This record gives sequence, structure tokens and C-alpha cells, in this order.
Amino acid sequence: MRDQIPLVPIEVKVNGKSHKLEVEPRMLLVELLRDGLGLTGTHIGCDTTYCGACTVLLNGNPVKSCTVFAVQADQGEIMTVEGLAKDGQLHPLQSAFSEQHALQCGYCTPGMLMSSYSLLSKSPSVTDKDIVKGIAGNVCRCTGYQNIVKAIQLAAQQTKGR
Amino acid sequence: MSKAKENKKPKRWVGTSLRRKEDDRLIRGHGKFVDDNRLGEMLFLKMVSSPYGHAKILKVDVSEAEKLPGVVCTLTGTEVASLMQPFMEIGPEPGAKIVDYPMAVNRARYQGEPVAAVIAKSQAIAEDAAELVHVEYEMLDAVVTGEDAIQDKVILHESSGTNLVWRGLYEWGEVDKAFKEAAYVVNIDRLHFHRFTAAPLENNAILAHWEPDGRLHFWCNNSFPTFAIQFLAPALGLRLEQIHVKTEDIGGSFGVKITHYPQMAVCALASRKAGGRPVKWTETRTGNLTASGHCNERTYRNTRVALDKNGVIQAIESRQIDDCGAYTRYEPLGAVIWSQVVPGVYRVKNLRIDFAQVVSNKCPCAPIRGYSRLQHLWFMERVLDICSYELGIAADEMRLQNYIKPEEFPYTTPNGCVYDSGNYPKMLEIAKELVGWDRWVKKQQEAKKEGRMIGIGIGTTLDSGTNNFGQSRIINPYAPFSGNSEAANIKVDLDGNIVVSLGSTPQGQGHETTTAQVVADELNIHPDMVSVRTGFDTEWNTYTGHSGTYASQFAVTGLSAVHGAAQKLKKEMKKLAAYALQAKEEDLEFGVGNMGPELRVKGTDKSINYWGLANLVNVNNAGLPNEIAELTLNCRYIYRPPFQIPDLKRKYGNLTLTYAAQLHIAVVEIDPEMYTPKILDYAAVDDCGTVVNPMIVEGQVRGATAHGIGAALMEACVYDSVGNMLTSTFSDYTPITAVNMPKVHYGHIESPSPFSFNGAKGMGEGGGAALHAISAALQNALFEYGITIDDSFTTGNTLYDALVGKKVMQRANNVKVERGVA
Repeated sequence: MRDQIPLVPIEVKVNGKSHKLEVEPRMLLVELLRDGLGLTGTHIGCDTTYCGACTVLLNGNPVKSCTVFAVQADQGEIMTVEGLAKDGQLHPLQSAFSEQHALQCGYCTPGMLMSSYSLLSKSPSVTDKDIVKGIAGNVCRCTGYQNIVKAIQLAAQQTKGR
Repeated sequence: MSKAKENKKPKRWVGTSLRRKEDDRLIRGHGKFVDDNRLGEMLFLKMVSSPYGHAKILKVDVSEAEKLPGVVCTLTGTEVASLMQPFMEIGPEPGAKIVDYPMAVNRARYQGEPVAAVIAKSQAIAEDAAELVHVEYEMLDAVVTGEDAIQDKVILHESSGTNLVWRGLYEWGEVDKAFKEAAYVVNIDRLHFHRFTAAPLENNAILAHWEPDGRLHFWCNNSFPTFAIQFLAPALGLRLEQIHVKTEDIGGSFGVKITHYPQMAVCALASRKAGGRPVKWTETRTGNLTASGHCNERTYRNTRVALDKNGVIQAIESRQIDDCGAYTRYEPLGAVIWSQVVPGVYRVKNLRIDFAQVVSNKCPCAPIRGYSRLQHLWFMERVLDICSYELGIAADEMRLQNYIKPEEFPYTTPNGCVYDSGNYPKMLEIAKELVGWDRWVKKQQEAKKEGRMIGIGIGTTLDSGTNNFGQSRIINPYAPFSGNSEAANIKVDLDGNIVVSLGSTPQGQGHETTTAQVVADELNIHPDMVSVRTGFDTEWNTYTGHSGTYASQFAVTGLSAVHGAAQKLKKEMKKLAAYALQAKEEDLEFGVGNMGPELRVKGTDKSINYWGLANLVNVNNAGLPNEIAELTLNCRYIYRPPFQIPDLKRKYGNLTLTYAAQLHIAVVEIDPEMYTPKILDYAAVDDCGTVVNPMIVEGQVRGATAHGIGAALMEACVYDSVGNMLTSTFSDYTPITAVNMPKVHYGHIESPSPFSFNGAKGMGEGGGAALHAISAALQNALFEYGITIDDSFTTGNTLYDALVGKKVMQRANNVKVERGVA
């Protein structure tokens, strides 16, 4: 705010709920979610689009919300990790992550879940290779990834079975 | 308890892969990390950091920054130095002469060192204002290697007058005699263990609130808060009681979050200057990579190895230089911690290590996963491996020749450490089977005919856990610490719920889960009936001076404390229930009835549930007899391992309680065109004694493997000659991703520790087995090309320089064998 830049009105739908807000043009989408809407499940890990902890869905596509401006999401539909469970019931991906011990500290988990959600919503028939490619932009420092791949594969099987 | 749970109830919860209690909040996005905290009137702090590796600070001008609307105040190094005492130094002189403030005063000594801070109403304003801080620097020559630093041509700390922090000679056995009698002596001129970092996905974060009444609160992700407050209190002129530290969910630490107490001090001073408003600082990734903490970099010079005719190592001598970066902080503990594992997994009895630690113009070091032992174990593995090729003994045979034998445990090392249990040959056998050793040896031979370079390598390593702080006295005889301890508290709450608080600061290790498993077994209830508080809080009064999560110890220290507290509580519950039920204590049993967890008289329907017991103590207590009235159902227990202070003169004593082991085998191919090493197959075998939760243990092994593979092939803190860090973003540092991670075949054995109540051994660090195995695999592929793997970090570039340029890793320049000495 070195110079008084006028705020920009935007309207976004986040996890099904509409919000009308006025934001600084330079505000990042991740800041809007965390600071503007209190959805702190989306995390910041690297500031440079590398680690994927901030991954959310914008109009159905995964984006790294640390390098998307909030104004770019105007009129958009956003889904965050908080939107995965329905009526408190865990999404199969969430259950599978716990079952396969695909998380330790849990900091990358929201981004991992959103990337894999996006992957499986395109097609639940995925090979392990597809999964690895699907989470190539998500860094996990705890698990060594193998259990994450297993969890996503398990959720994929369950999704196909439904 | 639901029927399903009752039906599924195992005999004991310990030993089962119970799903983690922590998971539910984390998979829902409901975890609470430091940056998720929002307090009223909260301000934001941005550090202004030195762009130079070494520079005089001529002037810091904050006037323009302070004029920016929304800026509340600023801090400079000079001001910080006027508001606090320098941090204490753990070691003796000359290192102790280093003056360590949390901000550069007059001179910046590493790139990224804070020189000023701006405190503003929003993060964005703080970032803007930081750019308006004008700092005038005069660049100085930098010293960026340990070998240069020890020559003192450029000196970092004027107050000390030397870059040397600490130097000591470690000598055990009869080294000269062993060399005289040796059949072979292998000389290795230089080996180097590179710098990398832990890079937890959550950066450092601190929310400090120094209230006008003098109470200082920290919500932070420090992973050794009792250490931090013992540094902070004297520096800030506070009593410990005035400092409140709380951690909740922590997004990984791997040791690196132990050393952010300097930033805690800056945030505290900022909060006070801002009129007692809370101040939050969240580190950037570049800040984390350049100025958080790196692992100790170590150079091993003039190594000589004496061997008998069968290739059994008789003696090792070496001159080692450990580069701890610009400030000592946790150091010079690394100058002794390595000696927990002096002989590695081998029977060598005679060693002479001249160990020096120096400062350089790089980021200060932190005790990162595998701390100091990792560096030494890599050295031991390289020594053994190089000798095996030089003597023409197969690397697996060489190991079998040298391993401590299963029947030799408990095994006393040359420096008095007691390896509790283990079976390395068995681990090798399992790992070979998992990776398909014979199949790969055959493939390797076939591939060789096509000119392909494939190598198979073994890394055997130790994860020494539950350390004896008395070893610090080997560095500094006046260090006022020894032994080890951990606290736990368990209570029956007013409503009958079991609540446990710990002294640890878990960052993904599942302490809430394993604690609940231990308690559930003790009380014969379901782990869901045990609430374990998240994180650490000084106000719970559940800590000792050693409390925290570091050095592979929770399975021993933490769970022993939990177990001890549960024993105390059970005794009280029995006494109380016997009174309430008018029964004998020995007739009572623990279990779950229709009214929840209870104590009942065996074979009857007479019982009292936990609510009933809690009520008697806390709510409905008139007329209780004296012997009952003293019961609290709120039991604190402190576990202390049975350590002695080491013999300082001989540098001899038991430095660690347990020794978990890992054995990895890597199969690596070097691309014939790009020279990039690629892992073709991988096996990891673990032995951490009795396993409390197999799923969690396997998770730790897999995680440590990824860290090791990343460190061996992708991750390095690279500096240029003037101290610019060239890998200061994730795009340059390239933390390992799913794409680079091979499928790891996992196996394990259990050699219970005779020294822990449950037979378990701490195991989270992993001992860097992947680094050892990958170096060994590369050695296996490249020995015939005249290459000696002399560095822990290998990329396509280095292999190109080695194989094509013949510039690095040349055996002819590094290794010399003397034969028939004896």
C-alpha cells in the first residue's frame, strides 16, 4: 500500500458458499482463503509454485494458490480441502490417506488431497505412474511418497467401485 | 465402546498398526499450525536480510520505512544488541568468545542473516517497508570451506580471533601398534560430506506476545522448546516462569526447528517495542533455505586405515574438520555427538580422530536428522567400502567380515558406548532378498557387456537414540548438563476422561497415537478413550530440561514417562476403587463396562467407572478418609535413563541408550549420455527393537529414505566463493518429489532393547542409510573406471567431471594402498 491502490470488488464461490469481497489487486488467492475467509487448511510452503501445499481447485482445475491473484478468481468457483468432506463424512481420499499412513506432519496433505482429487475426478482409472505424475508438483518431506501413491490408488479403486 | 471395536480389540494395542489419532484433523484441513493463529491487534514482522555472505554494516537507515503508513516500528541489530544479552555459548573458548545476537551487529556473516526487522499492520505493508530499509554494506572476503576457515586467513568473529570453535583429539585403543601390525594400510587423502538441509514443508513460524505485565508468550513451531527457553531467558533477562511456550501441529522439523530461538528473541523484542501487541513472523522458503539451519558439513583428511589380511579393519586415523556455519548455536555439540557411533556397525577397536570445528560464512548449522552421527557413519561406510575395492574383497563379504556379530551384543565400543542389541548379517540377508541381489548381480554383468554402468551398494547404519547429555562435558567440562529425562502427565478428568500431556513436540511422528496405545494397554481400554493433548505447553508443567522431540528417543523417553505416569495413576485408581467398592485391591481389574471404563471386582458386577472415581476426588469428597484424601488422579512421572557422566579424560562412557539399525541396498545406473545417476531398485530393512506401531515405524523409515536419497542425489546447499547461496529456492534446491522416488521394498527385524521398558528403540532419524547405500552403489559401478566416491553428493555434473573430465573423484589422486606392511 505504498500508494493508495483502490480495492477491487470480487465475488467468489468457495466450497459452495458465495462471498463478495473487496481485495487489494496484489492479494494472492491463498491470502484470500487463509486471511480473508479463515480457511487455514490451505498452506503456504515455498512461495514459488514449487511445493503445492497451497493447491486448490479453481473452476475445477488445480492451481497453486500462492501464485494466483485473488482478482483472477473473480466469478470463480473454488474448492479447498475444507470442502472435501460432505456433512462431516470424509471423502474416500481422506479416509484412504489415513488408512495408508499417507501423512505424517500433515502440512502437505491438503495440497496433496486437492491434486489427487483433481486427478481422480478426470478418471478414477489410474496407474501408479499416472498418480506419480499427478502429484509431481506436490512436495512431501515426511512420507517418501509411496504411501501417498497407495492411498490415492485405494481411493481410486473405491471410487470406481461406487 | 462400539461392538465392532470390542470385536476387533487385539490382546495388546502396542504392536498394532493403529490408525493415527492425529489424522482426522489434518486430513480435514483442521490442523492448527502457527501461521493459522490470528490474534486481535496482531502485527506482522519482516526480516531485512544481508545479501552478502560477509560484509561490514556501515549504516542501517530505517527512517523511510518507519514513515510508511501502517508501519508500527522497526528493529536494527544495534538496537537489538542494546536490549538483550548475547546468547550463551555451549562450548569453551575459543568458540565461547563468539558474540551471538539474533541480528547482525556491525557485520553480517552469512547471506540471509537478519540485519533489521520491520513490524507493520499487515504482511504486505511489512514487505513494502522492508524494501525501504537502506543498509550500507562494505563487502568483505568470505571463507566458505572448512579447510580454508581453519587457516584463519579471513576471520569471522573479531571477538574470538580465530575461526576455530573447538578442537580435540579422540583416541582409543592402540592405534600405532595396529598400524605396525597391519597387512594393508589404505590411505584416503580427502572425503567430504556435503551441506544440505531438512526443509520441512512448514517454514519456521513464531507468534510472540510480550505482555505489558512482563509475561512473554510464544506460539511457535520450535521442536526443542525447553532448550530454547533456557537460551532465551538469560538473554532477555527473564525468569523461565515468565516465558510461556506453546506448540500445536508442526509441519515437520527434522531437527532444523531446534535452532530458531534467535528469531524468537527478535519477535519478542518486536512485540515489546510495538507496545505489547502480538507479532507474527512466518519465514519465507528462501529464508528457510538460507538462514534457518543446515546440516554439519564435514571434511575428512589424511585418513589411514589398517587392515589385517582378511580385510578386517584394525585401526582408523583421520583428521576431520566440521564446518558449522557462521555461528555456533547448538554447536559444538556436533563435535562430540558423532562419537555415539565411533566404530559404526564394525568391530574396529583402535581409532584416532583429530576433530576440529570451525565457523565459515555460511548459514549456521542445526542438529538435522541424523545429526553428526550421520556424517561419521557415512565416513565409516566410505572407509569400509573403499577398502573393500582396494583389497578386492566383495563389498558384502567385507561387511560380513567386519560387522559386530549378533552374539556379541550388548557390545561395548572402544569409547564405552553400549550397543544394546542387533543382528546386522540377518538384516543384510533380508535386504538382499528384498532387492533380488543375485538377479541384479547377473543383470549388472550383462549390462556391462553393453557398456552400461550399474552399481549395487550396501549402507549399514545406526540410529543412536536417547542420548546422555553428559557427553557435552567432553566438549566443555563445565557444561551443567548430563543424563536425559522426559516427563508425562496423566489424569482422570472431572468427567472421567483420561487425559495425557507430554513433554515432546511431535511433527508427524504420531505421539498422540503411540501414547494412547501404551495407556490403553495399561488400563485395558480402547485408545479412543485416551485423550492426548496436541503439542507442548510450558503451562502444563509437563517438561524437564531435556523435553522435546529430537535425537530418536520418544519410543524410549516419552513412552517410558507415559508408562510410568500410567503406573502411578493405576495405583491411585485401585486404592480409590477399593475404598469405594469396599473390596481388596488385588481383587480389582481394569476394563470397560456399560458405563465406560471402570474398575470392577473380578467375577462380580460390582464396579465403579472413571467418572465415579474422579467425582470422589474432585467433586463429592466430604468425609474421605485420610489415606484416600491424598490421592489426586493426576500423576506426573519423570523418566530418567540410567546414565553416568563419561570419563572426560578418556572421552569414554555410554553416550546413548539404544541403537536402532538400518540396512539399505541401492541399485543405481549411471546414464551413459547424461551421466545422471538413476535408482533402479531399492530395499530398506529396519531394526528398532520392539515396534510400538509398525505403520508409523515403516513411515519413518520411508521418510528417512526419501530424505537420504534426496540428499545424496538432488539436495545441496551450494555456495559460491563469496558466500552467495546458489540453491536458495525450491527450484534450485530441488527437494525430492514423487517422480524421483524409487519404489522401496521394506523389511524389518526386531532385536528388543534390553535397556528400555518396552524393548523399543528410538528410530526417527534413520542414520542416513540412503546416503551410504547410494555412495556405495556408485562406487560399485565406477571403481573400474578409476573413480573413488569421495563426496556424499553426486549428480550428473560431478559424474561427468569424474568420468569425462577426469577432474574429480580420481582414485589415483586420492587413494593409496600400502601392502605387506607387517
